[in-house]
Amino acid sequence: MKYIDEYRDEKVAHGLLGNLQRIATRGWVLMEVCGGQTHTLMRYGIDELLPNSMQMVHGPGCPVCVTPLEIIDKAVALAERPEVILVSYGDMLRVPGSTTDLLHVKARGGDVRMVYSPLESLKIARENPTREVVFFGIGFETTAPANAAAVWQAQRMGLKNFALLASHVLVPPAVRMLLSSPVNRVQGLIAPGHVCAIVGTRDYEALATEFHIPIVVGGFEPVDLLEAILMLTAQLEEGRAEMEIQYTRSVSAPGNVRAQRIVAEVFEVCDQKWRGLGPIAKSGLRMQEAFRAFDAEAKYDLHDIAVDEPTECISAEILQGLKRPTDCPAFAGRCTPESPLGAPMVSAEGACAAYYHYRRHEAVSLVSIGGN
Amino acid sequence: MATLSSLACPMPIAVNTHIVLGHGSGGKLSADLVRDVFLPAFGNPALNRLDDQASLQMASGRIAFSTDSFIVKPLFFPGGNIGELAIYGTVNDLAVGGAEPKYLSASFILEEGLPLKTLHQIVKSMSDAAARAGVSIVTGDTKVVEKGCGDKIFINTSGIGVIPAGLTLSASLVEPGDHILLSGPLGEHGITILSQREGLELGGELKSDTAPLHKLAQAIIKASPQARCMRDLTRGGLSSALNEIAASARVGIEINERSIPVRETVRGACELFGLDPLYVANEGKLIAIVPASESSATLAAMRLVDTGSESTDIGVITEAHAGLVTMRTALGTMRVVDMLAGDQLPRIC
Amino acid sequence: MCLAIPGQLVAKSEAEGILTGRVKFGGISREVCMDFLPEAEVGDYVLVHVGFAISRIDEEEARKTYEYLEKTGLVDEELAAMRASDAAAIPTLQETVVELKA
Repeated sequence: MKYIDEYRDEKVAHGLLGNLQRIATRGWVLMEVCGGQTHTLMRYGIDELLPNSMQMVHGPGCPVCVTPLEIIDKAVALAERPEVILVSYGDMLRVPGSTTDLLHVKARGGDVRMVYSPLESLKIARENPTREVVFFGIGFETTAPANAAAVWQAQRMGLKNFALLASHVLVPPAVRMLLSSPVNRVQGLIAPGHVCAIVGTRDYEALATEFHIPIVVGGFEPVDLLEAILMLTAQLEEGRAEMEIQYTRSVSAPGNVRAQRIVAEVFEVCDQKWRGLGPIAKSGLRMQEAFRAFDAEAKYDLHDIAVDEPTECISAEILQGLKRPTDCPAFAGRCTPESPLGAPMVSAEGACAAYYHYRRHEAVSLVSIGGN
Repeated sequence: MATLSSLACPMPIAVNTHIVLGHGSGGKLSADLVRDVFLPAFGNPALNRLDDQASLQMASGRIAFSTDSFIVKPLFFPGGNIGELAIYGTVNDLAVGGAEPKYLSASFILEEGLPLKTLHQIVKSMSDAAARAGVSIVTGDTKVVEKGCGDKIFINTSGIGVIPAGLTLSASLVEPGDHILLSGPLGEHGITILSQREGLELGGELKSDTAPLHKLAQAIIKASPQARCMRDLTRGGLSSALNEIAASARVGIEINERSIPVRETVRGACELFGLDPLYVANEGKLIAIVPASESSATLAAMRLVDTGSESTDIGVITEAHAGLVTMRTALGTMRVVDMLAGDQLPRIC
Repeated sequence: MCLAIPGQLVAKSEAEGILTGRVKFGGISREVCMDFLPEAEVGDYVLVHVGFAISRIDEEEARKTYEYLEKTGLVDEELAAMRASDAAAIPTLQETVVELKA
């Protein structure tokens, strides 16, 4: 597949690693913000290939992981109503709320359906005029335009039986919080390429300047990540702190203006709670007044549902890159993808789940390319 | 020749176009179903006697016995249908044990309202599939459940096969150094079924790999006198089969991503929905574990069989990391291939 | 965080005010909403997330970058070859390219 296969090429990866080994003089600590990038790093064992002292820490960029427990409980409460068809991305079906997950609600008779695109939920609403369709739309800046488009279309089509249960989070405020922390160790940041394909790079330029930290907007294939790591290392070695784009084939400085426009039309920025990190000011999106009729929380009066997170989970430290999943005493014991204690174990993209799937058995003698 | 008038009858003619509860009553409607649907399709001396049991002539020695139930949505999909699955599923379970599949039972749970035409089509497919696999359906049963209490049709098949004298296949025979041979590209059945789901429709030449593996299995046994074991790669895919072998034989397994064939159709769907083909179900693929000294001859023999024409050598059994399956990635690194707890779901992140 | 995959736009159409396109990913294709990317033309590669095309792949940019990356790979191979073979024949860049193509 074009634009995928060549970015998994062993020779090119080898070349980038060679360069990295030549220029890296210190054990820089880098963070990939996005869970998709964490997944690639683990799946291909890229962090194992880095010059010994270099370290990747894994950021909070997994929308499934950071969706607050209470939003999942709200989705569960809705799915349990006989009149409701709850429509969700596959990602959220297995994520446990405080008592159960959506697949279990389905097993007990709830009408829970999985879609790939939010527009499918409109089709379901039209085909089931006597039922109430609620789309469980989660996501970062990349997914928000698609979720917004569904609401916008619903209004245009005059759909009365459609609502959105939304949990949208924004990356820059969370990154700002991590970098402002007195215990921050991150020296360079790989910014999420697909988020930037939508929003552009301005916020990340501002972050690079504000925190004097190199930021590289990176892609998601192994070669993309290695190149982004190399670019960050070069900046660090040269004492630069700039925003650069590695993922130039898909990201431009202005981003996708049309997608930005629909988000601005349907949503407005609000304070948002992140599972594992807690509330972060101005880090979420909620429905504008004009679209409130499509806001599931208002329509079904779900505001009273509030829950506390289990205390044993160290996800706050994991999501801030202060600890690794294997540092947690509950890892792979009391906490597994089947019965997760906290956010990063719940999604395939979460840092803990990625370690669990690809790295659980650290005893394996891993043979690496690059001969180090 | 029957004329319209000769068909005239004082009794009302029950023209059933759909399954009704009476079809499972054991009364006349049940008998009609057997006479009109099952016997014409499956008929053979053992079945035709319509006794409560089939009386079978068997060679002395060991037999293999297996059972499986089949539910699939939709009933008909590109590359197959539930009837073919029901025959090949049990045939393949027997075949990978080294047995020559001989006799099958077929048991149907029908939902009231199932069009008889649909049942006819499924039964016809089963008959063709049984012929292709060289097995006879010698006994069976039908029950009907009320509308809403089933999902159109469920089929259970059980099967008996004859194991050649002196042949033992078992995961416990697997030894470090053995090679793992895979009979062809992964994931076609699972992805085809997924792409039939509402909202996940995909265009392209996706087709289930539903096929009988008895000839392939026989070819493997013939080419590799010391073959250790075979597994068909149904639910859980290649990953589950390998993990089960690694766990039960207490050996390590190392496979090579580059030598695992995946068609461009399955590749595309897996990239789009964030799925890993190692975990996707197949209905016409197996792995064989054979000693290194017999691996190239076995691979060559597999490739001569139509269901094995794309066979590859995907890896080896290791002494290191017992109980664990690892894979050398396209990038040259190693990663663990573990077992999934549930089905893979399409993901957006 | 966001699974987005590049595919080739093979057809465009409009239905009920929504601009759609058929996009090919490997051996399969799917209907995709093109509302955020109306300027994409048949033949272009687009990045697709949750059924929406979100960005056009800049082929020229990709080619330039990849050529540089490939060179990095080649240079590294040469260095490795030089280290490996003391006085033995060191392959020229051209030979390495031929080898790669084979």
